[in-house]
Amino acid sequence: MSFSRHHLLGMKGLTREEIEVILTTAESLKEISFRDIKKVPTLRGKTVVNFFHEASTRTRTSFEIAAKRLSADTVSLSAGSSSLVKGETLIDTGRNLEAMNPDVIVIRHSMGGAPHLLSRFIRASIINAGDGLHEHPTQALLDLMTMREKKGHLQGLQVLIVGDVTHSRVARSNMIGLKTMGAQVMVAGPPTMIPPHLEAYGVEVGYRLEEFLPRADVIMMLRLQLERQQQMLFPSLREYSRFFGLHPGNVRKARKDVIIMHPGPLNRGVEIHPEVADGPYSVILDQVTNGVAVRMALLYLLLGGEKK
Amino acid sequence: MKILIKGGRLIDPANQIDDRMDIYIQNGKIRALQTSSPKRSLKDLTEYVLIPADDLIVTPALIDMHTHLREPGQEYKETILTGVQAAVAGGFGAVACMPNTMPVNDNQSVCSYILSKAREARLARVFPIGAISMGLAGESLSEFGEMKESGAVGFSDDGRPVMNAQLMRRALEYAKTFGLPLIAHCEDLHLSQDGVMNEGPTSTWLGLRGVPAAAEEVMVQRDIQLCQLTESRLHIAHVSTAGSVQIIREAKKRGLPVTAETAPHYFSLTEEAVVGFDTLAKVNPPLRTREDQQALVKGLRDGTIDAIASDHAPHSPLEKEVEFDRAASGLIGLETALPLTLQLVHKGALTWAQALAKFTVGPAGVLGLEGWGRLRIEGPAHLTLIDPALEFEVDVQKFRSKSRNSPFHGQRLKGKAVLTMVDGRVVYNHLNPNLE
Repeated sequence: MSFSRHHLLGMKGLTREEIEVILTTAESLKEISFRDIKKVPTLRGKTVVNFFHEASTRTRTSFEIAAKRLSADTVSLSAGSSSLVKGETLIDTGRNLEAMNPDVIVIRHSMGGAPHLLSRFIRASIINAGDGLHEHPTQALLDLMTMREKKGHLQGLQVLIVGDVTHSRVARSNMIGLKTMGAQVMVAGPPTMIPPHLEAYGVEVGYRLEEFLPRADVIMMLRLQLERQQQMLFPSLREYSRFFGLHPGNVRKARKDVIIMHPGPLNRGVEIHPEVADGPYSVILDQVTNGVAVRMALLYLLLGGEKK
Repeated sequence: MKILIKGGRLIDPANQIDDRMDIYIQNGKIRALQTSSPKRSLKDLTEYVLIPADDLIVTPALIDMHTHLREPGQEYKETILTGVQAAVAGGFGAVACMPNTMPVNDNQSVCSYILSKAREARLARVFPIGAISMGLAGESLSEFGEMKESGAVGFSDDGRPVMNAQLMRRALEYAKTFGLPLIAHCEDLHLSQDGVMNEGPTSTWLGLRGVPAAAEEVMVQRDIQLCQLTESRLHIAHVSTAGSVQIIREAKKRGLPVTAETAPHYFSLTEEAVVGFDTLAKVNPPLRTREDQQALVKGLRDGTIDAIASDHAPHSPLEKEVEFDRAASGLIGLETALPLTLQLVHKGALTWAQALAKFTVGPAGVLGLEGWGRLRIEGPAHLTLIDPALEFEVDVQKFRSKSRNSPFHGQRLKGKAVLTMVDGRVVYNHLNPNLE
């Protein structure tokens, strides 16, 4: 098993073998987070810059904890504190960071392709922590890890993704990763939020989640961004939650061994009813725990891994 | 000065000439066209400067009816001088320049300024297009009459649509007084909202906001209905979709005074050029699909589309080396428009006469350019010589344009202009640069 990539820009292009290396490495590193002393010296002397040009709590904290558990030094920049607000271009900010010799730059950006642009000007490894509506590969990897952990396999798994697929980088990265791993993907949501031509990629598309509910092994609810209402994509939160949300009424129609996922942050009572979010099928917090393990694995693998 | 262009294959689509002809030029005018005979002695022609054209195609000088010269206001991207340098190197003897300069060309002073700069440059002829609305704001009419007196040949708010249908109606009506066409940038801004590329499979996976074909087509349809209402001349700029071609085809069948253009990138590239977030392939309207490409070529062939225009849109790295969403739209095309079109000829999709008509009689007819687009004895000697076999690699570093934003860099193409002549003056000479 080997992993020779320098950047992680997206799930697209990752092979099945590469994904397996990442997941297996993450599974073996997960245990560190349950020790009394949650730190190993693996990345001592390495510098990880968390460059978050868009608000994030979970992902940024997760990367920071992951890097620290491996003894890397971490620095965080956010949109408010970075000089991008002073009119500096992304490339210039990147070059300035580069001049301080970091080993990894983790970037979150509100515009698709920003990590790709940066990667053309920078030698440090770049990890895409979410770019616009494009990809969020570390989220997909932690989701895959969670599915594999709970269901034992990914091949043939029936995964239903529900909600605003058009505006979800989480959905995109998951669809790509799941197809690569041989899972079957179904998406459901209002047609105003389903992008065109998904079927060509082998994704089943429906509007009502009830269509797919009985055969889903995994249900992944997407966050509804509340400003979409102003964009004429749905009439009201009430109607959205009734027809496209997961609640005790429709969960009853799901398989008894279904797992329910959500990338967070939750809109309780909108796309997911509190009883479902906190209920027995929910693995939402396991996802967060696995997020640290997956990010530890990526930092380790990108910084040399077993080559050293 | 007397010039003889000898032995070339003259293709003049307007006059249905496709023959080996010798062209005699004197004092900037065409004196005679004679079937070429290799036997004729050159002895009695010693006073002529001879341009041997045996392996070349000779055609009325090409016209680019849709160019952005950026001056006044954005001289760091292009100036009128560098723009016309690029134009003549691409075989264009004339360009029509769009009014979205800073300040906007919505008045006679800016028109006159552009023309005085063009006269100084003395390369390609420049025909200004005036703005439809003051400041391109889409609110009130600009002064069509005064701009026409100062040299404007048409009106457009290019770069943005006239969203207000009433203003478009009034503009079409008012333009009739002066006999000039309106050139419509067809885009429904509500439908294209925030879009940065074509809406389709590629936008789905790149997570970039899409512009559906319908954003263009509903406006093409609206403007055609207004054309019918007003019976005023309407020209549809940069047609990019199969649906638009069909709508225009039907309008022409109904006998409406509608014309249309497309640009070489729309039949040369598809939306897939954007993969990798290549901002050089960001353009408005966006690059579309293979089906659209085929429909455009069919529209060129059957006459639905009258002209091919470069939509030359210079931008600097400041606008292009940024995030895709933030990047400016547009690409430069003056120096690649003809070679890209000739690829259609090499493939057999267009005849030579069809291809050259889109750069000559087509745009000259739309804009009513007297003396352009066809050869006439005693008419001005505006000519372009093309080497159909010349193979070259597109190299943006060698462009005469001030900007480098071409997605065609590195592409191998066959056929290009080698000599451009305006009023009998050689303004570009790839064969013999000393003669320029």
